[in-house]
Amino acid sequence: MADTPLLECRNVSKAFGAVQALYRVDFEVRAGEVMALVGDNGAGKSTLIKGIAGIYPFDEGDVLVEGRTVHIHGPRDAARLGIEVVYQDLALADNLDVVANMFLGRERTRTGVVLDESSMERSSRETLDSLSVTTLQSVRQAVAGLSGGQRQSVAVAKAVMWNSRTVILDEPTAALGVAQTRQVLNLVRRLAERDLGVVIVTHNLHDVFEVADRITVLRLGQRVALFEKGQTTQQEVVQAITAGTLDNVPGMQARAEVGA
Amino acid sequence: MTEQRVEPAVVDDPTASGIAEHVPAGAAVDEVGESRRLSGYVRLWWQAVRSGELGTLPILVGLAIILVTFALLEDNFFTERNFTNLILQMAAVATIAIGVVFVLLIGEIDLSVAFVSAVGAVVMTLLLRPGEPGWPWWLAIGVALLCTTAIGFIQALVITKAGVPSFVVTLAGFLIWSGVVLILTTQYSTAGTIRIQNDVVIGIANDFLSQLWGWILGIVVVAAYAAVQLRAALTRRARRLASKPLALIALQTAGLAAVTFAAIWYLNEDRGVPKVALILGILLAFWSFVASRTRFGRHVYAVGGSAEAARRAGIDVDRVRIAVFMISGFMAGVGGIMLASRLRSVATNTGGGNLLLLVIAAAVIGGTSLFGGTGRVIAALLGALVIASIQNGMDLMGLASGTKFVITGLVLLGAVLIDAFAKRRRAARGGV
Repeated sequence: MADTPLLECRNVSKAFGAVQALYRVDFEVRAGEVMALVGDNGAGKSTLIKGIAGIYPFDEGDVLVEGRTVHIHGPRDAARLGIEVVYQDLALADNLDVVANMFLGRERTRTGVVLDESSMERSSRETLDSLSVTTLQSVRQAVAGLSGGQRQSVAVAKAVMWNSRTVILDEPTAALGVAQTRQVLNLVRRLAERDLGVVIVTHNLHDVFEVADRITVLRLGQRVALFEKGQTTQQEVVQAITAGTLDNVPGMQARAEVGA
Repeated sequence: MTEQRVEPAVVDDPTASGIAEHVPAGAAVDEVGESRRLSGYVRLWWQAVRSGELGTLPILVGLAIILVTFALLEDNFFTERNFTNLILQMAAVATIAIGVVFVLLIGEIDLSVAFVSAVGAVVMTLLLRPGEPGWPWWLAIGVALLCTTAIGFIQALVITKAGVPSFVVTLAGFLIWSGVVLILTTQYSTAGTIRIQNDVVIGIANDFLSQLWGWILGIVVVAAYAAVQLRAALTRRARRLASKPLALIALQTAGLAAVTFAAIWYLNEDRGVPKVALILGILLAFWSFVASRTRFGRHVYAVGGSAEAARRAGIDVDRVRIAVFMISGFMAGVGGIMLASRLRSVATNTGGGNLLLLVIAAAVIGGTSLFGGTGRVIAALLGALVIASIQNGMDLMGLASGTKFVITGLVLLGAVLIDAFAKRRRAARGGV
């Protein structure tokens, strides 16, 4: 049981025209672990998570959720399967308060019409408290007035509120200062402690070594390394990112397959 | 590849997930406790104002300044008769402005409302003409409103499906519907004026409630307000959430009662509470409810705040946009019928003049942000009151038209500047 990954990609590939963005990539995340997904620009990190999120389908390969092959045709499907993605731009409506944002698109109503504000407010508060997000003065505050770290916290809380099992965070600390980065990394650890599978996409190796349990390295659309954090060094990871050994030249292979 | 479509059950209640087993932390309790004391509540409110959440504060202050100024400058301003006239003048503008508020909330604009309102008025008037076809008033009004709503729908289709900015589409609408009004009025009458010959329709803007009904109405309004506020506060208290202090609810209810009863007493001194005020009140209450208490209203604000966030949250952004332009068309129709009823006729110039400018100015002066996502339905009423007061006061003082335009323009400019500064303030606070 424990060995079955929450989310697994087997041999997934994706091409955009002549560009092979992903080539037979294996990727997995288990319950209770933080899996870092690293790689240089253009390595295929975003393509991989967008494929998992159902923004577009993979050309080939399988996606498995808790050991079962699934087909994700859109963000809604991904959400149904317990996969939530927190994108870099967070997708929060600045003019709405924290509660409204956390329930956006899935508002609770009484008799189908009237918003059940107090019930939504209570659940929002409880979710935030359970993640030990205590820096928010009020959940009725407009998101526009929040700091970067607070916004990230709200976006993460929004993602975990819907019974998600896997949370994918895209560059969660990219725009944050030192103290707020700490806040968010603590939050990431807490998600894993609650037995969620956490994928953190980042450029920042310092962050990676701080929170990740394992590290997947992509380079030019292929997985070039999978490290256990305890058995590797920052230098080794950098080596993999910049010069990891590729199985073959993806462009050539892809063209051959298209021709066949 | 094995095709196995997995469709796990969606559990709506997050408390069932085991996520929400934690006891609320100290931070929440502080806020809850703070909010229940009057002083604490006022402090939280003032904090919000300082951070750019101005709400209706500037407009109420502005309205007070305007009323006091005219009361000092012009003896006839604060008379029963003038007060009644003010309400009659303002009702149609406020009604059309309700629709404009919705359009501004999603960050769009509707420049066609004035002539769409005229189309509604003309269609109704033509259908009412005795004998040709001489429809009953309710059918004529219903068909007229159907027409204006359909116009909103068509314009919205072009805006959403073709991706053309609403500014251009509704500008085209402005021209098209002004043309349609001209064609219809000149085709069916040589003089270009068609009289309304139906007592019910004329009564909309020219009838008054009896004194007794006026008082009953006032009591119902105040009681309903108090009941809604009290119920909300008690529910929130029962769930241990931050809630308004009861003292504040009492104060607000008393304030509302004072204003309402003073207004009714004053109106009763003249001809009574105008019917059109009752209609406007019902429309304001209904659309306020839609905007602030329903899922649709929440989505309207979300689309205005961030269309991308709304789309990713699974909201059908185009459908919200289309619905909002239909509301705009519908409310324009209602306002057009009020105007026609007041003038007892429609003519070639119906919907022309500065009606469009007054309506949009009313929505903006009332505190609806042109940047989308901020504002309340009540802005339509407050803005229309400001504009009607200025116009009415300056009319009484016998100022030249030029002066009146300049002053109205300056008030509009002031309102937009306040909005821009408030937005900057909000952005500065939320600086990442």
